[in-house]
Amino acid sequence: MTKKIKKKIVRIAIGAVLMVLGIIASKLINEWVGLGVFIAAYVVIAYDVLKNAFVNIAHGRVFDENFLMMIATVGAFACREYIEAVAVILFYQVGECFQSYAVNKSRKSIRALMSIRPDFARVSRDGTEVEVDPSEVNIGEIIIIKPGERVPLDGEIVEGASSIDTAAITGESMPRDVQAGDKVVSGCVNTSGVIKVKTSSNFAESTVSKVLTLVEEASSKKAKSEQFITVFARYYTPIVVISAVALAVVGTLVTHDFRTWIYRAMTFLLISCPCALVISIPLSFFGGIGGAGKKGILIKGGNFMDTLSKVNTLVLDKTGTITKGNFALGKIEPSRYFSEKYGNDAEDKLIEVAAYSESYSTHPIALSIIGRYAKEIVKDRVENVTEVAGKGVKAVVNGVEIAVGNKKLMLDIVEGTDILELDACADIDAGGTLVYVAEGARYAGHMHIVDEIKDNAAEALNSCRKAGIRNIVMLTGDNEKTAASVAKSVEVDNFYANLNPMDKVSSIEKIMADDPARVVAFVGDGINDAPVLSRADIGIAMGAMGSDAAIEAADVVIMTDDLSKLSEAKKIAIKTLRIVKENIVFALGIKLLVLVLAAFGIANMWAAIFADVGVAFLAILNAMRALKA
Amino acid sequence: MKKTFILEDLDCAHCAQKIEDKVASFDGVSNCKVTFLTQKLVYDVEDDKAKEVEEKMRKFVKETEPDVTVKNA
Repeated sequence: MTKKIKKKIVRIAIGAVLMVLGIIASKLINEWVGLGVFIAAYVVIAYDVLKNAFVNIAHGRVFDENFLMMIATVGAFACREYIEAVAVILFYQVGECFQSYAVNKSRKSIRALMSIRPDFARVSRDGTEVEVDPSEVNIGEIIIIKPGERVPLDGEIVEGASSIDTAAITGESMPRDVQAGDKVVSGCVNTSGVIKVKTSSNFAESTVSKVLTLVEEASSKKAKSEQFITVFARYYTPIVVISAVALAVVGTLVTHDFRTWIYRAMTFLLISCPCALVISIPLSFFGGIGGAGKKGILIKGGNFMDTLSKVNTLVLDKTGTITKGNFALGKIEPSRYFSEKYGNDAEDKLIEVAAYSESYSTHPIALSIIGRYAKEIVKDRVENVTEVAGKGVKAVVNGVEIAVGNKKLMLDIVEGTDILELDACADIDAGGTLVYVAEGARYAGHMHIVDEIKDNAAEALNSCRKAGIRNIVMLTGDNEKTAASVAKSVEVDNFYANLNPMDKVSSIEKIMADDPARVVAFVGDGINDAPVLSRADIGIAMGAMGSDAAIEAADVVIMTDDLSKLSEAKKIAIKTLRIVKENIVFALGIKLLVLVLAAFGIANMWAAIFADVGVAFLAILNAMRALKA
Repeated sequence: MKKTFILEDLDCAHCAQKIEDKVASFDGVSNCKVTFLTQKLVYDVEDDKAKEVEEKMRKFVKETEPDVTVKNA
């Protein structure tokens, strides 16, 4: 609670006591003594409102909230409704306190969400460790991060191993084990060991700064409903004030009952502030954006939140989005010759000779073969490794010549009936690309290299459907067969294969043009699909942690590559928009209802004060729900 | 140049709008934005007018919203 609010509460309390005394005095002594005490109570409570009112009216601002409140309450005095006049200002002030309190509280929760800014960096300079502001560290310096501390800058570990809690950036609660050579991202927390990190960015360019700027700037991109509220607020107060004047004048002229109509007009003035809407709508969006951020989903503005809630068509890139984008070893198929020679061990043996031959290579396919072999490679069992450009690799393993590569390489080596067996294999099939192995001049078999589908892909897409996605389309630069196989296993509605990046743009355009009712989201890894990301109604980049290009290009950025975040993002957007609608309907509904009732003399000033500060308070409370995404 | 201020105790959202509209109308100011939730006022201003604009902005805030304190970010 701020000092200002505390002071106000003291004033309200004194005023409330005076008000009770006023009621007693007017009953026991006479109306005039009572009025004196009421006026004292009024001045104590309304002091700041009156002050602001005079300042504003001196500057010609008639539609000022304070001024209107003053007119309404002074009017109530004139109608000899003393208790009501004091009570109205009392409740108005109590409501204002609640409102400030609620706004402060939501500001704090939002700030807590964003408390990922590192306070300092411990940098090693001239042999000593000094703590400096993260912005003072240069690229390439060595920083030391102890357990429990936040990683201040992006970089690569040069010494030590630890476990890193990435929750603040990715929303992922599972800590990640890291060691020398691994990259660490600013904003994450080091949990177990001391690590030394060579920085790869300065603070302004670091992930944590980017995330913070993005969330803060998100509120400047307004959703349609926010724009509506801004315009609405501009006209609402003048219209209500003019209606109040009209009501007083016309009513009095018709019925000659000045007091009744003045009272009704004063009631109007009490509802003339659009506060409930003006505060709660941006707050809902901000809460939703903050809540999503906590889960590693960055939504770049209220407008995107709006679109996201309406998305009904999801277009996904295959490689790196639906699949892991790595090369894993799939099915192993030894040849007839190799199977006869090694029997049940043929598969293992095939992997072994291939792994040995590839042991000097760093190609992703070589790495996945070595990874699959998983045993130690005794280097002196490999000799004469030669790369055959564009075809593969040859080596002597355990004294036997082994060749690993594509079909062209095999055709150079193998002879006789083996060629027939080789020819029967397709170069590429539904399972992925093939890598062939020859032992001496004999064809030994082949291995499928597959781009693995993410474990939860089918399930994640299914939950997107539950969240309102009607149509899921996959785009890929890969061949038809591979695409069809992936499309089938994750159950997308449609797919387009053999696309280059420009084809992807035209595919998106076609999907959008086919049915104007479609709201299309494109999901990609953000690295080479920037044009598609910007062409779709909304562009979502996944696995963006550490990739600047992706963060820049997309409207929604998902820090991890977990597909289940897609439906979460959509659900958050839907929930936020629902809260916004609830608040608009609730606040406008109550205000209009009370205005109408007041015009007919059914609603009194008490109802009006509820329609003003009470509604604002409730709307703020409702908006806060958006935070708990 | 880009200027950022914190509007402390900015409690009413349409006052934020008022301040934004007014500062945006000052000569030499562009991209003016008041964010109610972060209590930040940000604007771009031509270098030679920066001082004058800041004075006018502080005066306006003091007049319309006496409760708000303008602080340098």
